[in-house]
Order: sequence, then structure tokens, then C-alpha cells
Amino acid sequence: MKEFQSSKLLKKIMADHFLDMDRAAKEGNPKIAWCTSVGPAELLRGMGFLVYFPENHGAMLGATRMATDFIPSTNALGYSPDICSYLTCDIGSYLKKTTPLQKAYGIQSVPKPDVLVYNTNQCRDVKDWFSWYARELKVPLIGVHSFRNIGTITQYEIQDIAEQIKGLIPTLEAVSGRKFDMDRFKETVRLSRDCSRLWRATLETAAAVPSPWTFFDATIHMAPAVVARGTQEAVDYYQTLIPELKQRIADGVAAVDGERHRLYWEGMPIWGKLRPLSELLASLKTCVVASTYCNSWIFDQLDPDEPFESMGRAYTELFIVRDEAYKERYIESCHQLFKFDGILFHDAKTCPNNSNNRYGMPERLAKKLGLSTLTINGDLCDLRCYSEEQAKTQIEAFIEQLEER
Amino acid sequence: MIYAGVDVGSSTTKVVLMGQEKNLLGWSVQRSGTDFAAVAEACLKQALRQAGLAVNPKEIKTISTGYGRKNVGYTDGDKTEISCHARGCYYYFPEAITIIDIGGQDNKVIQLDEKGRRINFKMNRKCAAGTGAFLEEMALRLNIPLEDLNDLARQSREAVELGSFCTVFTATEVLEKIRHGKKVADIVKGLFLSVIKRVLEMDLLSEHVVITGGVVAYNPYLKVILEEHLHRPVWVPRYPQLTGAIGAALFARETFTNK
Repeated sequence: MKEFQSSKLLKKIMADHFLDMDRAAKEGNPKIAWCTSVGPAELLRGMGFLVYFPENHGAMLGATRMATDFIPSTNALGYSPDICSYLTCDIGSYLKKTTPLQKAYGIQSVPKPDVLVYNTNQCRDVKDWFSWYARELKVPLIGVHSFRNIGTITQYEIQDIAEQIKGLIPTLEAVSGRKFDMDRFKETVRLSRDCSRLWRATLETAAAVPSPWTFFDATIHMAPAVVARGTQEAVDYYQTLIPELKQRIADGVAAVDGERHRLYWEGMPIWGKLRPLSELLASLKTCVVASTYCNSWIFDQLDPDEPFESMGRAYTELFIVRDEAYKERYIESCHQLFKFDGILFHDAKTCPNNSNNRYGMPERLAKKLGLSTLTINGDLCDLRCYSEEQAKTQIEAFIEQLEER
Repeated sequence: MIYAGVDVGSSTTKVVLMGQEKNLLGWSVQRSGTDFAAVAEACLKQALRQAGLAVNPKEIKTISTGYGRKNVGYTDGDKTEISCHARGCYYYFPEAITIIDIGGQDNKVIQLDEKGRRINFKMNRKCAAGTGAFLEEMALRLNIPLEDLNDLARQSREAVELGSFCTVFTATEVLEKIRHGKKVADIVKGLFLSVIKRVLEMDLLSEHVVITGGVVAYNPYLKVILEEHLHRPVWVPRYPQLTGAIGAALFARETFTNK
């Protein structure tokens, strides 16, 4: 991976994010809300909470390859090895009193929540995950129940989600001891929308040939769009990163020297194997230029003038809750923009909701788009589900196949 | 110029030597063991002896393949076993084919178009079902020499049904069948059927199907069972265990001729 100048700022944003929360957890002020990755973060931040994302912690546990050590502890509690490994590694980390935050930031434990807020748009597992903490820590648990497998979205669905978000306010007021402030909420939605627009622009620089960055870079640089959306810092970050990417395009600097093939990554990252996969693909002159995963934090619909409704829309139009026909059209539109010549599906053992190979989509898309697809088996965090040697052989064979076309 | 293809598989290492006219000059098969580099060297020497050639190994252009393809000290390049099996099978059957390669630890279904270009391939998931390792494990459990499986399966008049994906669960099923007095031959045919079923679940097969790999080389009755399932003839290349190495040698010839 070629380093970005902006990485220094990224490290500062992430350090501030965790250190501020550590301080707040110790002082009891401001209050801390745990939120699922595509939960109502704008509302929480708009009501003065610092927001902590356990899925981000799960990704850190995966990336540091600590996850596989912790998952068995949660399995022993009765949580199956087949369910979300973010859940099992995160709870295992809590049980073992060990977190990557210790080494990265000198923080002894993840910040204790004052309230837990989920949105089931990712899966049911996030609610089960937060429910465990609600019982363990005796903290209020509230959330939004999303619609799933949606084709055409109707006003009914949007309004329902908007009302569910409004319905969170009384509990949040009680926990924070502060009244809901519409102006502050709208401002947070505006900042989140601005961040989202910039994140889209950042990702779309990969439409350039050669691409100035890869999916593997994006999984690192997406952190502010995930954990700091709704803040000025996140907006500022992408305003720093985008010029750097544009400069690379202007200078003809490729993320992968001699880029010969361009791929789309469908499914979760394999957090513990980002570097080896990045290096393997670079050695094969192949750049993964786009992914559904990184695109999942683009919320174009957010509108400060209609904050609840637009959140309802943003959180209902998400790829992950849509039907197969929508998902195929979505990837087709990405194909038109990013001009990839193959799709790599990651079938994540513990993440059926985000493994889109399981109902014949690779075969349908290969036929429809006239390109090659490959499915590799693995997992987001549980490396017991991943055979590195087999995946390497499959990826090399796939690139050999592209060479024959 | 002499060309070599080296296929360092999970169970065995295969070397073939090929002449300019794509003629096979010699070959060798040895257990891969724990030192892939040494076995690849030994295989090359044995193949040279078999061919009656006394050439400097430096005059041989080599492509390696298989899981140990990066461990061959004398190779001039490497290709995956998917590409090499495809090339080797297409050499014998130059038309649109579906290749089923059953190896020691994995199996593959590879689709080629009429020009030999790969359209698609699939490998087994991380599971021994349908692989040589499955049969090895079962032979061990049944206390039958591996080389006896093929003849036993042929003797069967009524294969037992084995339903599990999992090798361990299948072993439990086999114990149950023994308890119920099923004949060993019928159990072994059931195991062969299990291998074929696992392969058929992987992909759709085109009209012309080629089955290859070491497991078929030693258990040719698998081809008969596959034909019974497909209701049409299945082709087997002349040297099924060597097909990957032959493909590698063909790549070596293609890459290094006139260079």
C-alpha cells in the first residue's frame, strides 16, 4: 500500500475519537451512546452524546488478528461460531478484558455506555449483541427495526423509520438529562450529509485509470465516515484526502503499479488479511477499485431541512436491506462507473446478510455484465473460516483467467 | 529444447518432460512429503533417468504448478493448477469441455470454451468432502488399503446411502452401516457415490465432461459412476494423474519456444 500524507490526520482523528470518549467515560460527561454502524448516529451526536461503534471495534479486533483468540470465549457462552464474528470477538474481548485500544491509544477498556442504540438494518445480530451488553452492564437498550429485502420503497417505510427514530428521543433525553435541540440536530445532519458527499467523491476517484487507490486503502480511510460522521473533523478529513487523490490522478500515480486488471469487491473485508491480499493483488497487477462495503457509508439522502424523514430514507435505501434485483442494478451501475473486469465475492461464513453470492448473484451478474466472477470463502474476523492458501490459489487462477480473455 | 512441468500437489509430486513436438519423454511421481523442493529435484532426476536423457537441468525450461509451485528451485515460472489442468485436458480434448479434477485435498470444476479459454472455475469450499482426503480417511477407518477401494466398489451390487457433507459425520454413518451388517463393498461404493455427488453439486456441467486427477487415476470406477449419473460418456485423459504437469510443460513450451 502506498502511504497517504493524510494518514497523519486520520491517525489524529481516530486517537481524538477514542481519547475523548475514554475521558468522558471516566468523568461521566458527556454521555456515551453505543451505536450500530448504520444506526441513528446523527440523532445521538445532535443530542450531545459521544458515539462509540462496536462494529468499528470488531473490525479493529479483526485487523489486529486478536479476534480469533476471543471468539471461543463467546462461543462457550452459547453464542454459535456461525453467528456474527464481530459480536463474538467483541464480547470475547470484553470477557478477556483486552482490547486493541490498549496498544493503540493506551486506553484500558472500551468506553462504558450510558445507552445502547441499534438499527437492525445490518442484521438481527446487532440487536442480540447490544442486548448482551444491556444485560451485562444494566444499560438502557433502544433501537430501530428496519425493513428488509425491499424492492420499491414506499413512503410508508420511510415514515415508519422516521417515526421510530423520533421515538428514541424520550429515552435519550432521560439518559442525557438534556432536551432535544432541533437546530443542533439539523446541523449534525448537515455535517453528516457533507461528509457523505465527500466520501462519495473520495471513492469515485477510483474511476480514474489507473486508480489512485484501492479498496484496501479505502477500508482504512473510511474510518471518519463511519465513526465521525456528523462532525466537522470528518468533513475536514475528506477535504484533505480528496486533493491528494486528485494529485495522484494528475501525476498518473497508480495505487497498483502497471495496473492491468480492475476488480470489484463484494462483501465484507477479511480484516485480518488486508495486507496480504493487497500485496497479492498488487503482485498480480490488479487493483480492487470499488466495493459495496465502502459505498455503504454514502447517505446522499440526508437533508437538514427534513432531518427525520431524510434519515428514514437514507437508512431504508441502503444496499444491505434491498432485494436481489436492486442489488444487481446497483452493482451494474458501479460497473459503468468504475469499469472493472471482474467481481470478487467474499462469502463471509458468519455474515450471511453481507454475503451476496449465496443466491446465484455471481452467475447472474457474470452473464448480464459479461465479466468473470470469483467467490472466496472466508470471514470478516474469524480466521478459522479462512484458508489462505486456497484463497491465494483461487485469486491467482482468477487473474490467469482474466489474462486469457 | 526440453520442457518440464512440475506439479507439486498436496499428496504427490509429478514431473513430466516434453519435447518440442509435445511428445512425452519421461515422467515421475513421488509422495510430496515435507520437503517440496527436494522431492521436486528427485522427481526431475527420476524422470530424466526414465527418459534416458543426460542433459544439464539448466537446459530444461520448467513451469511449476500445484500447492508447492513456489517451492521448486529450478522452475522458470509458475501457474496455478487450475490453469495447468485446463491446458492439459484441452490438449487431449480440444473442444468446449467441463473438467472435473479430483485432487488429494481439493477438487475443481473448470469450464473451457471451444478455444480452450477458461470461462469459469470453482473449487470446493474448505472441506474435505468429495476429495481424495475423504477416501483416504474412510479407507483408514475401514482398515482397507487405499488401493483396494476401486475393486471393492466394483463388486458392489447395492451401494449404501451416505448423506453427510462432513467427513467426520460420514465416518459415523459408516460405523452405523457396519453395525447394521452392510457389506463393505456396498459401503465403499457409497463412498464413491458421495465423492461424485459432492462434485456434481459444485457447478453445472457442459455436454462434454472430462474427469482427471490422481484420485481418478487410482480409482477409475469413479468415472463409471459419474457416467451412470450423467447418462453419457465421460472422458479421461491418457495420464489423469499427470494432467496438471503436462499442462505446465505445455505452458513451458509455449512460453520459452524461440526465446
